[in-house]
Amino acid sequence: MRTAFVTGCARGILMTRLNAIIPALTVVAVIVAFWTLCVIPMNAHLTADQAQRDGMVLTPEAPRDRQELSGLSLALKNPAIIPLTYVQTRPRLPSPHQVVQELYDTVIDKKITSKRSLVYHGWVTLSATLLGFVMGTTLGIMLAVGIVYSRTMDKSVMPWAITSQTIPILALAPMIIVMLGAIGIQGLFPKSIISAYLSFFPVVVGMVKGLRSPDAMQLDLLRTYGTNSNQGFWKLRLPSSIPYLFASLKIGISASLVGAIVGELPTGARAGFGARMLVGDQYGQPMVTWAALFAAAITAAMLVAILSVIERQTLRRMGMGAA
Amino acid sequence: MMAYILALGVWIAGWWLNVRLSHSDRSDTRFYSLLIPVIFGVTIIVMWEILVTMLEVSAVILPPPSMIAARFASSLNLLWADFQQTIIKGAMTGYVFGMIAAFAVAILADRSPFLTKGILPVGAFMAALPIVGTAPIFVKWLGSDWQSKAAVVGVMVFFPILVNTVAGLKDTSAMQRDLMRTYGAGYWPTLLKLRIPAALPFIFNGLKIATTLALIGAIVAEFFGSPTLGMGFRISTSVGQLALDMVWAEIIVAAIAGSTFYGLMAWLEKRVTFWHPSQR
Repeated sequence: MRTAFVTGCARGILMTRLNAIIPALTVVAVIVAFWTLCVIPMNAHLTADQAQRDGMVLTPEAPRDRQELSGLSLALKNPAIIPLTYVQTRPRLPSPHQVVQELYDTVIDKKITSKRSLVYHGWVTLSATLLGFVMGTTLGIMLAVGIVYSRTMDKSVMPWAITSQTIPILALAPMIIVMLGAIGIQGLFPKSIISAYLSFFPVVVGMVKGLRSPDAMQLDLLRTYGTNSNQGFWKLRLPSSIPYLFASLKIGISASLVGAIVGELPTGARAGFGARMLVGDQYGQPMVTWAALFAAAITAAMLVAILSVIERQTLRRMGMGAA
Repeated sequence: MMAYILALGVWIAGWWLNVRLSHSDRSDTRFYSLLIPVIFGVTIIVMWEILVTMLEVSAVILPPPSMIAARFASSLNLLWADFQQTIIKGAMTGYVFGMIAAFAVAILADRSPFLTKGILPVGAFMAALPIVGTAPIFVKWLGSDWQSKAAVVGVMVFFPILVNTVAGLKDTSAMQRDLMRTYGAGYWPTLLKLRIPAALPFIFNGLKIATTLALIGAIVAEFFGSPTLGMGFRISTSVGQLALDMVWAEIIVAAIAGSTFYGLMAWLEKRVTFWHPSQR
């Protein structure tokens, strides 16, 4: 009886999980299928030129006539080139399996110490991201506390913090790199500064909202207990700001990663995801760019996922975890 | 030493003024709540000017505000041309196309609850990815002129707008939908008269997030290749020439453009969703 009940429960949980996962997987499958189809017209011209050089007979003989056709009609007139569009070494649009293959080669097959290993480049970017994220978050929380407790700071700094969200601050990135380079600071730190200020403002705005979220009734209750403002902060304001903090952290960490990637662009591209994207772009190796792009996306996804898990655990421990 | 004392003096004066103002009785009036941040900003700029000029910091590291202002005033034509290339052609075109695409997909997906359920997590996930990284790919496909920038911007703004629109379209209560049914309204009248208006606060939320993303996309994409024009191009070449006053002038343009664009959306939101509790 009991085991039947337990397995029943387990099945119930599994079913609700599946109900959430299957639609998402379907959407992903549709996107991948669409991508796979796009490979044919995108690479058709490139493949046709290649195939002709290798001695294949194509319907419009002259390359100039082929240029006037769209990729799709070229492929339909020469069905023989369709499979070849998927195995180009320098495709305009690589097929999904090529990207997976390239990721496998550069992440798992290469030694971590190799300059071509994406794990090595990933660590370069990730370390700058994390350092910047920690700096930005710490400063952000401190400023938010200042804003909540000082009316002057609230009135003078808060409008700027909100306005700064509407400004493309990322445009500052190249200048910060050069500025810090001019006074002799290079490597990890300048990128972290960019990451830090990108995660700084979301955290300030979110934390101010969070620290102000206790309503008058809750604050009054604490006052009837005779608490001082210090206890009010630790026992009421800080705990009730945690959900807001996590929402900001998730925005902040992906902004930090983008900051670190963009920060790698102007330095002449030595290491990191940004450098790989630039190298692939400049040396005509599209696979390098694509692999770096996907690796960066996967990194961002993992960072957000880790924060979500910590969020769920923390909120559950605190007794707020319904979701 | 004099420089530090002078700067500290300016800071104390500015802070003292703001403490007085923010604790006065009228501190919540509109005029005061604008005046106080302005005083704070002016204090910072004056300190910056004093420290940089008196300590003779090289303009290669940090130019004084007066120099930036002079550069801004003397190169208005150039800045205007860059603004048109990057903001009007790149960012705005991409924004409009991304927005239309997002609305279209949201309305299509709306007919099937299954698709809606799938699009929400996938879209939210995609919105968190560093989509700026697609810039080199689009530049390769569409050339280095504004079309490639518009494409990057379109993809970047697509997901936040899509997720917010789909979430907004779900935000009607069963009671409201039943009421429409008692009126004999079919799918389209219900969508136009009830569900889209109800979704507007969400949609504008997405549109406001997308304004900053659009500018970022257009500027960063120019780092990967552009005609000899545009804000991103000017920033990266001026950094190379160590003409930092020009970089700051472009950043001022970006800041003005960003806050105007956001302000425009916020104003539109206020006009269109005047009935929503958050606007009253």
